[in-house]
Amino acid sequence: MAVIEIKNVAKRFGDYQALHDINMTIEDQEFMCLLGASGCGKSTLLRIIAGLETATSGEVWIGGRRIDNLSPKDRGISMVFQNYAVFPHLTVFENIGFGLRMQKLPNDEVKRRVERTAELMHIEQLLKRYSGELSGGQRQRVAVARALAMEPDVILMDEPLSNLDALLRMEMRAELKGVLAESKTTAIYVTHDQVEAMSMADRISVMHEGRIAQNATPVEVYRNPAEKFVAGFIGNPPMNFLDAKSAGSGNWTVAGQSFAGPAIDKAAIEFAIRPEDMAPAETGIAATARVVEPLGAHLLVTCDVGGTLFRAVLDSDLVVHPGDILTLAPQADRIRWFDPETTQALS
Amino acid sequence: MNPRILPYVLILPVTLFLCLFFLYPFVLVSQQAFSTGSGFTLDNFKDVMSHWKFPISLKNTLYLAAAVVPFQLALALLMATMVSKMKKGRDLVLYVWTIPLGISDLAAGIIWLAIFEQSGFLNSMMSGLGFIDRPMNLLSYQTPALVFLAIALAEIWRATAIMLVILVAGIGLIPKEYYEAAEVFGASPWKRFTRITLPLLRPSLSTALVLRVILAFEVFAVVQALGGTLFPVLMGETYKYQFELLDGGSAAAIALIILLISIAFTLLILRALRVPKGATI
Amino acid sequence: MSTAATDMPGNTRKAGRYVYIAAVVLLCAWVIVPLYFLLINTLSSPEAVNSFPKSFIPEFDLGSLSFFANFAGMLTALKNSIIVAGLTMIMSIAIGAPAGYALSRFDFPGKELFRMLILLTRAFPLPLLALPLAVMFIRTGLDDTAFGLALVHTTLAVPFAVLITFSLFSGIPIELEEAAWTLGCTRLTAFTKVVLPLILPGITASAIFAFVISWNEVFAAAVLTIENRTLTAFLLQNLDTSPLHLKFAGGFILVVPALIFIFAVRKYLFAMWGIANR
Repeated sequence: MAVIEIKNVAKRFGDYQALHDINMTIEDQEFMCLLGASGCGKSTLLRIIAGLETATSGEVWIGGRRIDNLSPKDRGISMVFQNYAVFPHLTVFENIGFGLRMQKLPNDEVKRRVERTAELMHIEQLLKRYSGELSGGQRQRVAVARALAMEPDVILMDEPLSNLDALLRMEMRAELKGVLAESKTTAIYVTHDQVEAMSMADRISVMHEGRIAQNATPVEVYRNPAEKFVAGFIGNPPMNFLDAKSAGSGNWTVAGQSFAGPAIDKAAIEFAIRPEDMAPAETGIAATARVVEPLGAHLLVTCDVGGTLFRAVLDSDLVVHPGDILTLAPQADRIRWFDPETTQALS
Repeated sequence: MNPRILPYVLILPVTLFLCLFFLYPFVLVSQQAFSTGSGFTLDNFKDVMSHWKFPISLKNTLYLAAAVVPFQLALALLMATMVSKMKKGRDLVLYVWTIPLGISDLAAGIIWLAIFEQSGFLNSMMSGLGFIDRPMNLLSYQTPALVFLAIALAEIWRATAIMLVILVAGIGLIPKEYYEAAEVFGASPWKRFTRITLPLLRPSLSTALVLRVILAFEVFAVVQALGGTLFPVLMGETYKYQFELLDGGSAAAIALIILLISIAFTLLILRALRVPKGATI
Repeated sequence: MSTAATDMPGNTRKAGRYVYIAAVVLLCAWVIVPLYFLLINTLSSPEAVNSFPKSFIPEFDLGSLSFFANFAGMLTALKNSIIVAGLTMIMSIAIGAPAGYALSRFDFPGKELFRMLILLTRAFPLPLLALPLAVMFIRTGLDDTAFGLALVHTTLAVPFAVLITFSLFSGIPIELEEAAWTLGCTRLTAFTKVVLPLILPGITASAIFAFVISWNEVFAAAVLTIENRTLTAFLLQNLDTSPLHLKFAGGFILVVPALIFIFAVRKYLFAMWGIANR
């Protein structure tokens, strides 16, 4: 059992507050992604859990044991680094066995575990090589095997795929997901790539400016963003926003059209819709097409609605030219509303 | 160990060492220079500076530096540029050019003595070519210009390598894209050198110059080997006061004067070659 | 030059190429020929060294060298030089490398001040400090000892050792150490098992550099030793009185280790100075 509990963790670097009062629980065997842009604090949080960084305040518990004052080696974790950190002076075998040797396991046990994890990662034919003789993808596999061979309670991964090319990244993504599910370890995975997060994670924590903006399942994060930042960050292209004026009794006027929305006492809120949740119709939002990008499966049209940027992902059979005026009807159950002052979602 | 304390523990030995053998002796040398046994005095400085040899050795030291350092800078820049475009044999050429780096000033003086002494190779060559009938005494009080030339050549021969190494390393840090960009915008090789290499090389240039200028003011063994007493320099005077005249106060006073000149030039160089904040590579 | 030369007529380009090659060869000769002259003198009999005109080919006579070896005090001086340089090498790495590690791995208040102290030493004519140290050493009984001189030479060499090891450590990604920590290493075992094996060649190079600094140093050696002269101090002291062939043989013995050492560290020379610039 290795539940990770993060309690009121904060981190300052001089005058800069990198993390504000983070609270989070990661369940046993859960795959948690910390997702955010660079500088949002996700790596700092991971490094605090690993013990490579000390929190300014707060506690970290793993499996019911407080570990924030232990050194990294005593925390029952292992880690995969962004640049792999495969030791250049050791063979692949000795790299994978490094942690086991540090635990002073007997030779045959080291051999057995190295060979098993190497097989798991499909690098059994590379065991005698040195890091300099490996490709980026192979180094990545060695780094993962090295972490898995420790049979840790928790495996921490810091952007492990970001240095691989696109095709290899997709391949490794699927493989890593399978291997981790099988190993039954709790995993925390830091990434700035939303596709990676969406496709691999059981749960995503979207981080923004040292805070957790939303902590939910991938689908929930996508469908019901808790705040405007998440809505604008997740999805490619991201959600569209338009100003909404109150028309009384829960009705709102958006670009001249009336929509049913939250019944709250405010003069203006924000209307949001995903680009793919719209279709051309008789009535709807009038949008002037500016740029038309055929993407094969879809047509991405960047439009202008009363001076606001507005994107629509449409059927690729449609013929649209720049300057055309489209009438786009949003799918009613996909419309979301945000409070412009607090930036929180309204319902 | 606590990572807050660890760095201090690690730098402690060096810091203590430098305090004991660098800062403390510096205080001592100042004390010694400003006292003759009874309280603060400038007598040592007055004595030293009024000695008839002082202006000569000061002049000699400065002239030597003025003759040698600019020439070395130009030579080192030339060599560094030549080597930066070299493809084949770069390592070998660099090794040969940096050999003098490992050679002491004393050995360099002796090497050039082999050329300039009366039965040396320069005389042998000239007689072989029929320019002279019998060997000339090239390093005598009658030929001060030749003595100066011999010392300057030995200094240039010996100490250009240190500048070369610093400049080659510095040029290596300048991304190639800048040159390609400049070339695309129509800059000639000479313009690329003056508009890209030189400005971006300022940190290396200042390191090289500071190091070299300080060493130039400390010139000693080369002069001893080639000129002996014919060409008095400041450092040689210091040595003489300490050993032949057994006058520690005066030796310290000259030492401080050398120090002062060194610091003045260091500041001047650092100031002249300062890189504005944010304009670094 | 080759890229710019493409738009010039072929002849000019070819001529430029010859000038370039000639200049490289000339500059190599400028370095090597004086060394060759020293070699001729060293491998000639004392009579040949003092005769005129000189032959430009060595006669391979070991007379000068054996005269050098038998000259009273010379071998002791050679031994002293080796001892002092060895001590300097050990001390400057032993105290310099930890500081280099601290500079490359930690941000701590006072770091800039410390860097200033290190850089300051380069702006000072350090051998001058030998004067007051001579007095200090007499008081502490360190005068005229190899250890005392090695202390002064370490002052000369240690700033280089700090800056060079700083650049070497900075070349080892901190991730490697962090990976070792997460795999069960303490700071110390991570250092010995991961950093040290990677850094050893570089450390050797900077140790050799420290050796050469001490080996070549003249002024402090001459000031601080009387009975236990190092080779440089011995040669300097006897410059006026010793015969030419002794000077040349001595000079040769001074040069040889330097040649070997520079060859041994050539790979690191530029990497070391690249960062030391900063």
